[in-house]
Amino acid sequence: MNAKPTRFLSFVPYAAWIVLFVIAPIALITYYSFFDLAGNFTLENYRNFFTSIYFKLIVNSFWYAFLITFFSLLFAYPTAYFLTKTKHKQLWLLLIIIPSWINLLLKTYAFIGLFGLYGPINAFLEMAGIGQHQLLFTDFSFVFVAVYIFIPFMILPIFNSLDKLNPALIDAAQDLGANAWTTFSRVTLPLTMNGVKSGIQVVFIPALSLFMITRLIAGNKVITLGTAIEQQFLVAQNWGMGSTIAVFLILFMFIIMLFTSGSEKGAAGSGKIK
Amino acid sequence: MSVESIIRFDNVTKKYDEDTIVLNNVSFELERGKFYTLLGPSGCGKTTILRLIAGFIEPTEGTILFNGKKINDVPANERKVNTVFQDYALFPHLNVFENIAFGLRIKKIKTDEMKKRVKEALAFVNLEGYENREISEMSGGQRQRVAIARAIVNDPEVILLDEPLSALDLKLRSEMQYELRDLQKRLGKTFIFVTHDQEEALAMSDEIFVLNNGEIQQSGTPLDIYDEPLNRFVADFIGESNIVPGIMIEDFVVEFTGKKFECVDAGLNPNENVDIVIRPEDLVLTTVEKGKLTVTVDTQLFRGVHYELSTYDKDGNEWLVHSTKKAEVGSSVGLDFVPENIHVMRLNETEEEFDARLESYGGSDNER
Repeated sequence: MNAKPTRFLSFVPYAAWIVLFVIAPIALITYYSFFDLAGNFTLENYRNFFTSIYFKLIVNSFWYAFLITFFSLLFAYPTAYFLTKTKHKQLWLLLIIIPSWINLLLKTYAFIGLFGLYGPINAFLEMAGIGQHQLLFTDFSFVFVAVYIFIPFMILPIFNSLDKLNPALIDAAQDLGANAWTTFSRVTLPLTMNGVKSGIQVVFIPALSLFMITRLIAGNKVITLGTAIEQQFLVAQNWGMGSTIAVFLILFMFIIMLFTSGSEKGAAGSGKIK
Repeated sequence: MSVESIIRFDNVTKKYDEDTIVLNNVSFELERGKFYTLLGPSGCGKTTILRLIAGFIEPTEGTILFNGKKINDVPANERKVNTVFQDYALFPHLNVFENIAFGLRIKKIKTDEMKKRVKEALAFVNLEGYENREISEMSGGQRQRVAIARAIVNDPEVILLDEPLSALDLKLRSEMQYELRDLQKRLGKTFIFVTHDQEEALAMSDEIFVLNNGEIQQSGTPLDIYDEPLNRFVADFIGESNIVPGIMIEDFVVEFTGKKFECVDAGLNPNENVDIVIRPEDLVLTTVEKGKLTVTVDTQLFRGVHYELSTYDKDGNEWLVHSTKKAEVGSSVGLDFVPENIHVMRLNETEEEFDARLESYGGSDNER
């Protein structure tokens, strides 16, 4: 009979966390989004959000997030696949994970040094006869650094799903006449799709609201929703508009979560092979 | 080489590195349309042979021939064999139909033809109407059948079965033994079945290969192997055995436990040291006066069909006896047997030498 109070007590930290750090902030942001600069109740912020400037920002944000996710996936899947085949796979995985423990700001600043006009990369380009190029403050450098930062988070879930894959299934596919590519496309990929999906989730959603890397690497431009929020809160001091953008960002994230979480039935979502 | 031979191993050795030899210079020949069993304890190399035939691994030395052609370098997906895996290895993301059709889709078989063949394969394993089931909804026995259907639908020349029944419960396992045997007869294909269960091997096979430490210990029909085990390992592994040391006094006379007995073996050197095997079910419980051996009953277990008695003679040799009659624990009883029940095993005799010796005196086994 004393199980009940214990269960109730163990529920308290969770409930407190949810209320204080999830529900309350979302409620506050939603509340602020209905006020203008002067503190009057208004729907003007929402009307403004549907103007062409913000539409362009949304498209931009999604485009960059897509690029970052795409390139992360492009590098992460083969890497994870290779890692599962190595002898000391946990060690190699650890080596890839370790950089993600280093402070984000530190890593970003390191890239400013590397990509700078007088940095080692330009020095190398000059030596190779290609000449000095402006690398910082370009789309390339922004996507490059973001991919670098996010790649461990993409590798980890894919590695786990590949590692869990029963090797007998690969044998079975080959036994039934499948070559290496067919085995990959009809067995390995569908069965590791859950790992890919969680990888996309943990990269795409944060990439959508990036602002620090955007600021430091892509320069002082308002190009994504993340930088727009920062601009509204810190520069324009327009908390209402900033909150409105944040509300939409949260909405987008929920929609993406719905799409990428999929069914719980293993990889049954991709069961129909045509 | 006979025309009927479908698979041949010529001095095949498989090493994973210099020190771990999994298969040591193995040679054998398999005929078309028979049910073969590779039997042995875990780590004996039986699964390695299967994987070599399937093409998942390549031999370190030696040649594997399929229909007379060397297939050492032919990849698994180009071989005309299909495997039923130990844990079935069904694709969890595909339903029953798609699992069975997997091989046919790769071969780009037309949809109508494919549907027909999947249906036939399902009928063969008594799973009509299960096309749209998910694998997760199937029981162990049903998964087993799907795995078999997935293999036979491709019309392979050889079907490899890697301990396919080991995950099933006892009742289902004996059911499936009948079904597999029946299926092999109906299909007329070569089955190579891997197991560590000697009863399974004896019940199903046309021919058994007994393996240990990467070498074939003995091959032959279930009767051959059961009745004339070649060495201590085979005798011990196939069924329960009483093995005692003995001396071959002369042809048809053997001495063990200090007494001379008539036997049916010959062709050995006089006074050669041998191992004597007598099966527990061949020992008949009788009175001390009538018995050829006198033993004391140590323990008695009821096994359902029979009692299993552990008894000891005066030299301390254990004699297992299977008897339908009860005995008194602690009492002295006699054990009777006939000369045919005494199996004499020469120490370190190879299979070839054994066969040659049987040939030379026209031994007990008329089948040879």
